[in-house]
Amino acid sequence: MSTPELQTAPVTKTPLYRNVNVLSWVFQVAVFLVVLAVLLFLWGNYLENTRSSGIPTSFDFVDDPAGFSIPGADFTSTQSVQKAYTIGLLNTIRVSILGIVLATFLGILIGVGRLSRNWIVAKLTAAYVEAIRNIPLIVLMTFAFLAVVLQVLPAIDDAWRIDGLAIISNRAIGIPWYQGVSGFALVGALAAGAAGWWLLARWRHGVRDRTGESARAGLWGGGFFLLAVIIAWSVLGAEVTLPEVDGRQIVGGIRIDPSYFAVLIALVVYTASHIAEIVRGSIQAVPKGQGEAASALALTGFQRTTLIILPQAMRVAIPPLGNQYLNLIKNSSLGAAFSYFELTNVTQVAVGNGAPAVPAFTLALFFYVALSLFTSFFVNMANRRFELVER
Amino acid sequence: MIATATPPKARSGAARWAKKNLFHTPLDALVSIVFGALALYVIYVAIRFVFVTGEWEIIRVNLKQLIVGRWPAAKLGVLAIGVVVLSLWAGMVAGFIVARHILEGVSTTVGSSTSARLIDLGRRFGPILATILLLLLLTDTPGPWMTALAMLVVAASGYFVGRLLGRRFQLVGGRRALWLAFIVIPVAVFAYLTAAVPLAEWEGFFFNITSAIAGIALCFPLGLLLALGRRSKLPLLKAVSIAYIEFVRGAPLFVLLLLANVSLEFFVPAALAPSKVIRAIVTFTLFTAAYLAEIVRGGLQSVPRGQEEAAKALGLSPMKQMSLIVMPQALRNVIPAQIGQFISLFKDTTLAGVALGILDLLGAGTAITQQPDFRGQGLIFETLIFVGFLFWVGSYTMSRESQRLEKKLGVGTR
Repeated sequence: MSTPELQTAPVTKTPLYRNVNVLSWVFQVAVFLVVLAVLLFLWGNYLENTRSSGIPTSFDFVDDPAGFSIPGADFTSTQSVQKAYTIGLLNTIRVSILGIVLATFLGILIGVGRLSRNWIVAKLTAAYVEAIRNIPLIVLMTFAFLAVVLQVLPAIDDAWRIDGLAIISNRAIGIPWYQGVSGFALVGALAAGAAGWWLLARWRHGVRDRTGESARAGLWGGGFFLLAVIIAWSVLGAEVTLPEVDGRQIVGGIRIDPSYFAVLIALVVYTASHIAEIVRGSIQAVPKGQGEAASALALTGFQRTTLIILPQAMRVAIPPLGNQYLNLIKNSSLGAAFSYFELTNVTQVAVGNGAPAVPAFTLALFFYVALSLFTSFFVNMANRRFELVER
Repeated sequence: MIATATPPKARSGAARWAKKNLFHTPLDALVSIVFGALALYVIYVAIRFVFVTGEWEIIRVNLKQLIVGRWPAAKLGVLAIGVVVLSLWAGMVAGFIVARHILEGVSTTVGSSTSARLIDLGRRFGPILATILLLLLLTDTPGPWMTALAMLVVAASGYFVGRLLGRRFQLVGGRRALWLAFIVIPVAVFAYLTAAVPLAEWEGFFFNITSAIAGIALCFPLGLLLALGRRSKLPLLKAVSIAYIEFVRGAPLFVLLLLANVSLEFFVPAALAPSKVIRAIVTFTLFTAAYLAEIVRGGLQSVPRGQEEAAKALGLSPMKQMSLIVMPQALRNVIPAQIGQFISLFKDTTLAGVALGILDLLGAGTAITQQPDFRGQGLIFETLIFVGFLFWVGSYTMSRESQRLEKKLGVGTR
């Protein structure tokens, strides 16, 4: 009996049309070529159409004189479009930063309020969220501008005055401001004060951990901050100016444009309703035992919320909060509909004054995407900082 | 001798409730009084405005303008037929789905009594039905009433037909044909309506509703492809998908609409220069596709790997693994997120009004305050509150439904 010889199957090379690697590359290249073809078709049409109507396709227009002026800013029609874009970008950043800060405060207040034991507070905040969240932002903004600012606020002649604090009219809102010192110096002083606060707080916490005596970090840090600001204020020679009505204008203090006011209020009110929901969800995600443990340690209600619950809730809340901040920045583009001169409005007016549409809007989109990337970079950093380190 | 104890205080009752929920601590009491007074004042002002000081004549006169814009009066019949057919379709789909759920044992409504179900339906759709009734009361022709009545009757009978069909069609092939019919009907209605009145003349609230539906429906092919592209192992595909998604998500819709307004005609052959409504829908589609892609990506991640591996083990081709096993589960898991996306698109359609100058609900609402009869009377409050209310009712109902679905699907709890 002979054992049959083991026969190995003849090794054949996989034909190309069955090789997965080859196939996947062929597929990819095919898809890529289709995408490229579509883009080239659109681009070809664009070049053809712009050439036939004599519209430039380059970005040279940014050096041309703008041909329009921006009220409220130091910008006249002979300056370049580039300068106008800078002002627009700064205005977008201005409304975004203030909007983000205010919306976060209001959102946290309302989100915490929704979980309040107090029935009226819980119902009121719930009604706020459900009412605002479901209305388009631009309807709110139109309401803030056309109804509140233009119809409720008084004309400049009989403006509402809160002596020493504000003058409110539909032409402008004036509040006290500083003068006689550059903004950079003042911001520098504030930053130095804040840095000192942080260092002192760290030191006091260290002392508490070593000796067990009470940290009083707020007292030390806050005192230092106040001291630093007062010293900087008097050394730099800054003074307060109060707003006053002078004829048809507000002089002194700082003048808040009504359109800026309407855009900011609508952005804050709308975004806060979304932030409140995020805060509520994140608080509910904190295990109940944490709050109970805090109560067992005899912390007060305020301490329980600020020291135990909110820091843990923030960990869950940061990524969706970041999304809301991005939304707020993008939504600030609606200011263009209410003649607030932010990036979109500048672009729109520049296009109206002869700048080529496609490059001009591409530039604006580029700035928005850059702002978004920049913001999400910070959000990611905060996220990493707060992330639970798991073993 | 033990002293007789007094009976314990009542643990329920209004006073007890108020003590617990309103006056727990002195601070609580203060907060309750301040906010309670504020709430009462707001309610008082709101009721007074709606019933006493508000001048709603402007809404009554311009109701047609606000809802359907300049849709020719002679062709309102076509519109009525369209919506009646659509409500028949909606009733049938709803009945079909309910029947399937009962067959598959998913439905929770089987046991409950009819009155409980009616109360449940009332709570869910009460606001929207009340709004429709309010709109009908503002009209002065019999047409809208007859249409609404026909819609109601047709939807109810469609529901029972759908239930019947759902119970009968057990065969996979038959079901597929039925699903196809469910898709064909709204498309046919759309074609019927555009044949009567071209898209360029769709205005008012009708524009907001239809463009949102069109945007979300049309974005599906591109959105699914982008989601698959972003997840694929093929580097070139992945790069293209990520670039598109991240660019669109970083750009404001309002700016994209403005860009579409001034430059879409540059990118297509001159003969095809699209109307404003088409520009809006194209922009909505391209914009929402990026967001849908991210939603679907989340859904794909939520499908356990074992599903795909099992499909592979059964010898399904990659195409079938995706289309029969993975994608249906992924899409089902993210239905609430898709509804959320639809709500936000529905609200964002107002941007098209501003950016492209379409007289949508908001555009018409601000325009009518400039009519000679109403100019300079401060009626912007009335119109904007009306406009905001219509959007609110729609979004609120949909978001409540989406929360309900989320609970029912039990995403994350299974």
